[in-house]
Amino acid sequence: MMVPNVGLTQFLVVSAIMFSLGIYGVITRKNAIMVLMGIELILNSANINFIAFTRFGLMNLTGQVVAIFVIILAAAEAAILLAIVLNIYQQLNTVNVDEVDKLKN
Amino acid sequence: MNWYNIVFYAFAALTIISAIGVVFSRSILYAAFSLLFTFFGVAALYVLLSADFIAITQILLYVGGILVLIIFGIMLTSRANKVEVKRSTFQLVPAVLVVGAIAGTLIGVLTTTNWPTANFLPYEETARPIGALLMTQFVLPFELASILLLVALIGAVIIARREKGKRA
Repeated sequence: MMVPNVGLTQFLVVSAIMFSLGIYGVITRKNAIMVLMGIELILNSANINFIAFTRFGLMNLTGQVVAIFVIILAAAEAAILLAIVLNIYQQLNTVNVDEVDKLKN
Repeated sequence: MNWYNIVFYAFAALTIISAIGVVFSRSILYAAFSLLFTFFGVAALYVLLSADFIAITQILLYVGGILVLIIFGIMLTSRANKVEVKRSTFQLVPAVLVVGAIAGTLIGVLTTTNWPTANFLPYEETARPIGALLMTQFVLPFELASILLLVALIGAVIIARREKGKRA
């Protein structure tokens, strides 16, 4: 089997770019569901790191098991966040995070 | 340039371009569809990292679960005929500064570090060893995750349910 030129660094760079894009989305988006999509990008990039280190590092399968737990947490978080967003939409008729400021007054 | 490199760069490009689409798209529905391609690209990267079980889990859970939830959320919260007039983004300048700093630091560190890597191992199936690990070394986090999912399920139902006649 030929040793490929693509190594650990390439995967980590892809993950770093995805992480930065996710942070950008979380910071700039007003819609709460768009913020959730940014968070999903961040979690996915973390998972790529875990699995890349499992493949190229010296840590057996531990990284993949941690990645499974990350996916589980992402699912739970998405469900709760969407429930909260639906409730906010029913109460305040908006899903923009900058307009939900009832506690300010 | 062997096939592994070509396939990797193709899927890396797909992942990053669709992630850019998620972040910069004007329409929220287009962002959700871009997210679909991002998830598929990430699953393909998992396959290239010979993590077959995680790749399938990624497709089943993210594409089949989370993305459907997100699209439901979009459908239920956006008015169908309303065109988004107002600009849907804010804090652009600080965001660009912060993200540029983070990305520059991360990529600089990642490319200059000399990672100690193992030899390139041949492919092995991972589902069976992962199952064994979940039942032995990681049994406590596994049970905690199941309790967490139950709590999240019940909590989501209670939060999202419309209470009759009563408004908080």
